[in-house]
Amino acid sequence: MSYTLFILLLPLISFLVIGVVDMDIPKTGKVWSHKAAGLIGTASLGIVTILSYYTAFEYFFCTPRLADGTLPTLVPFNATWLPLGNLHFDLGILLDPISVMMLIVISTVSLMVHIYSFGYMHGETGFQRYYAYLSLFTMSMLGLVLATNIFQMYLFWELVGVSSYLLIGFYYTTAPAIAASKKAFIVTRFADMFFLVGILIFGYYTQSFNFSFAGTVEYADGATHFIACNPETALIKNAAMTVLPISLVLMFIGGAGKSAMFPLHIWLPDAMEGPTPVSALIHAATMVVAGVFQIARMFPIWIDYAPQSLSIVVVVGAFTAFYAAAVACAQSDIKRVLAFSTISQIAFMMVALGVCLPGHGEHANHASLGYMASMFHLFTHAMFKACLFLGAGCLIHAVHSNEMSMMGGMRKYMPITHWTFLISCLAIAGIPFFSGFSSKDEIISACFQYSPICGWWMTGVAAMTAFYMFRLYYGIFWGTENKEHHEHHTPHEAPWTMTLPLVVLSVITVGVGIFTTLGGFLNWDWASFGSIVTATGTQYTIHFDAKIAATSTIIALISIGLATWIFKGEKQPIADKMYAAAPRLHRWAYKRFYMDEVYQFITHKIIFARISKPIAWFDRHVIDATFDLMAWCTHKTSNLIKGVQSGNVQKYALWFFGGIIVLFLIMYFTC
Amino acid sequence: MDYSQFLNMQAELSLLAVIVILFVADLFMCGDGKKGVYNTCLPVVLLTIHTVLNICPCCQGAGEAFGGMYVHTPMMSIVKSVLAVGTIVTFLMAHKWLSREENLIKQGEFYLITLFTLLGMYFMISSGHFLMFFIGLETASIPMAATVAFDKNRYESAEAGAKFILLALFSAGLLLYGISLIYGATGTLYFDEIGKTLTLSNPLALLGLVLFISGMGFKISLVPFHLWTADTYEGAPTVVTGFLSVISKGSAAFVLFTVLIKVFPELVGAWNQAFMWIIIFSITVANVFAVRQNNLKRFMAFSAISQAGYLVLGVMDGTAQGMTSLVFYLLVYMVANLGAFAVITTIEENSGKINISDYNGLYSTNPKLSFLMTLCLFSLAGIPPFAGFFSKFFIFMAAFKAGWHWLVLIALINTVISLYYYLLIVKAMYIKGPGFTEQKLVSISADNDRVMPEDGPIPTFRVDCYTRTALFICVAGVVLLGICGVAYNCIDSFSYGLDKVMEVCTGCCK
Repeated sequence: MSYTLFILLLPLISFLVIGVVDMDIPKTGKVWSHKAAGLIGTASLGIVTILSYYTAFEYFFCTPRLADGTLPTLVPFNATWLPLGNLHFDLGILLDPISVMMLIVISTVSLMVHIYSFGYMHGETGFQRYYAYLSLFTMSMLGLVLATNIFQMYLFWELVGVSSYLLIGFYYTTAPAIAASKKAFIVTRFADMFFLVGILIFGYYTQSFNFSFAGTVEYADGATHFIACNPETALIKNAAMTVLPISLVLMFIGGAGKSAMFPLHIWLPDAMEGPTPVSALIHAATMVVAGVFQIARMFPIWIDYAPQSLSIVVVVGAFTAFYAAAVACAQSDIKRVLAFSTISQIAFMMVALGVCLPGHGEHANHASLGYMASMFHLFTHAMFKACLFLGAGCLIHAVHSNEMSMMGGMRKYMPITHWTFLISCLAIAGIPFFSGFSSKDEIISACFQYSPICGWWMTGVAAMTAFYMFRLYYGIFWGTENKEHHEHHTPHEAPWTMTLPLVVLSVITVGVGIFTTLGGFLNWDWASFGSIVTATGTQYTIHFDAKIAATSTIIALISIGLATWIFKGEKQPIADKMYAAAPRLHRWAYKRFYMDEVYQFITHKIIFARISKPIAWFDRHVIDATFDLMAWCTHKTSNLIKGVQSGNVQKYALWFFGGIIVLFLIMYFTC
Repeated sequence: MDYSQFLNMQAELSLLAVIVILFVADLFMCGDGKKGVYNTCLPVVLLTIHTVLNICPCCQGAGEAFGGMYVHTPMMSIVKSVLAVGTIVTFLMAHKWLSREENLIKQGEFYLITLFTLLGMYFMISSGHFLMFFIGLETASIPMAATVAFDKNRYESAEAGAKFILLALFSAGLLLYGISLIYGATGTLYFDEIGKTLTLSNPLALLGLVLFISGMGFKISLVPFHLWTADTYEGAPTVVTGFLSVISKGSAAFVLFTVLIKVFPELVGAWNQAFMWIIIFSITVANVFAVRQNNLKRFMAFSAISQAGYLVLGVMDGTAQGMTSLVFYLLVYMVANLGAFAVITTIEENSGKINISDYNGLYSTNPKLSFLMTLCLFSLAGIPPFAGFFSKFFIFMAAFKAGWHWLVLIALINTVISLYYYLLIVKAMYIKGPGFTEQKLVSISADNDRVMPEDGPIPTFRVDCYTRTALFICVAGVVLLGICGVAYNCIDSFSYGLDKVMEVCTGCCK
């Protein structure tokens, strides 16, 4: 399956071509660069998508399963990039259920975004640059999920960070975009520092960066289990047992930064300053789930060596889910609502990973229900959230504003956007026969297995999700229409390049939803996500726990009903009353509980004023002075010994001979 | 006599064939000195064929000829190929210079003399006997003096040639004396046999070692045997300077390494001591001098001395990793330095300017050339992601692992200084505009005597296709060798087997 290499190479080539080649043909006077760049980018992505689907087909259906019914881990390509003694940095491609699943997610969403951007970015200056960055991002993200070792993952991890920075700051002439891109870069880099430290500790104690240890031998016959470290060969076995949890938690901090977990979430809402298709691709479907993917990748080590530490993931995830949902209820910018919703949903995936418990024997699968649910939710969420963001893009395209107050009653003007948006809202709310139901329900049952408190907490957050999503839906498509604005500029449906991706993504959402919901109730093996992606690799059939399914559906329906009751009408007396009743709560939630201000205070008042200033003084007066001294010494010595280089051959020979004698004396007396 | 042993000498014989063909072509094809079929193309093509033929069979394993006088290992093939590639690049660079009116008639000579030098280096690399080694060395250095003095009507060139040959003879004499001492101590000149019998307790051997180091130190231009370098580099034609600074130096460094581990394994403690001081002084003194230079060729001479210091770091303790990183360093240094020299040559040929201050504002007139020069300088300074960073990294790591922590620290501090002077050129090209005069500089730095008032930047010119090819090869090397670690791994796979020999020896010594 060495053709998988092209999945990485094609976007790289298209990045280089689009990024470097000047596509305007000056003689004709026409601007070709738009069409050419877009076509090259989309075409290469189209091929990548086909290759990814083919890879998935071949991997899931044509690769023989191992004796115990698990899917093998394949390494079609692996090369040592930088040897460092025992340790070495490799670059390669690793295929296992989760990486192949991610291939599908990334290539699908990315292709949709490429097509969508034709319409959305039409006429923008820097169109070519935009497509170059998109290709760079896609390449990096694919490299991240296909990594054979944690270091390669880190390399591409940084690359996605860079391309995210470039794309958030795409409108680099506007101040908010600049500020947002810097914020995103600095916050994620800060978190990545912990990731790097974690990697180094991990590499030092296990003497390997590889996900599948034991090198090529195991690669060849296909490692049954994904074993990232082999404690038998670990440098210090006992130390590794205590150090591994630390390194894993450090890596989790890096993942939390990328996946916008509280308190490192502050960059994601601001990242919405970037073009909307970018938000859909990077800040909803792919890059932000890198943290979840990272934990899933390291999961066998978590579960074997640091099961207790998983509770950190649960606590962080559960709190973030609630916090983001609460903030999303009060936002008025539609992209901000979706951003906080993304944070909340990713927190769901984190919690699902955290609630896995080490199981044995018969319960082995049962215990890792959360792992499967998390990956499943990642998949479904990527599809419907991308659809929501792209829909939001269509709306922004139509009314030229992000504010909900500028919209209202849009269903009349934009039917396709309206229906696809509704489908995605139903999916995220967790209504049966939509994809979000199946995956969210699995997460909640996993939470209930972990502890009832966790289960009820997450059920509550799911209810809030349904509420704020339908608040958003009614605010945009029903509610009070901003007639003044709409008369001035009548909204219209987006061109086909923009609506096609919406339709495709919502078809996937409904299709997956119908199959998995029916499959879950009727115990169909083949329609179960668990038959391909599980923690241990063995097949697992999803069947719904009727109580939980019924409860969560009823709660979601109640929330939707509540949102309908409050927000559907032209006048919204209840909403106004609620604001009046608790003005402070609403204000706090609207201001995101003042987290940005807290950061401002900590960074400016404490770190900059109290810590950075003395360091700056030290830098200016001690470190600079040291270098000045070095320069001064160099200069003086240079003047002092310039006489040696006299141009006189006899003197040269004399120095030559003197050197020999001195060397001889040194050698004679030191040995 | 078994004639099949000639087969082991494939590289030398094919090079000899190239020389003969060129000689005949030179005699019959362009007797009137006009540009005919025979110009840069023929030698480049022949040498390329020769190199390609040599790279392929480097996996064939080791062999020897003439009772061990001549030895051949895959590693040697790699080094020979590296040198041959460097020579190809030099030929490509030389095209414009050789097309000058006064050089047209002698261009055949240049190729022949240079190839004879290369042949000498081949023999020197493959020698298994001190006489063979010495013949190779002299075959390499005497024609070299002729190329240094190639512009014989130019006073500086002749002076440089004279200085070079005088000091070369001096060092060769001392080297020969050292060899005779070693013969006196052991009664043999075969590398393998000397290695078995030579011990530390013998002061004759120690003196022999010192004289050997001095002889090689002269070729590699290590402090204190380096004093000829600046004068010769400045006076020699720029192309020859490029050749001298890379090919000649590189072959000598490799031979130094192989002879030390074959002949003087017992004296590893002694030569470690010697090289520690030589490296510290080479890097530091050269850096200190390089800071002050305004003539680019002189500047490159000191840069080359300091690079030689880093190169010899690989020799410390004689480990397999040291060998790999030395060869890799050599390869990377070759592409970067020849790239820089290609730019210097083409600028000199097109505008006649050779000073750093002449480069002020070069970016505004020749942006591509400035950019390529910057890449090469960054690689020389060791800035990631260019190849120079990795080669420095590997060689530091090899020395660090061998336990020379202080030495690595000093080398690291010196890289900071080297960064300063390499960036001086970059600064001149990009930041200093044509209007950047002396008065403005006074407030910035004290060394205002170096910058002459300029009448304007070097005018825009078109680079000929030969130099373009040379630059392309060099820059491709600088970028690709950095990104792909495959080259290092490939070299590494051939240096296995060394470790065990040296482990035994270092074990004995300690």
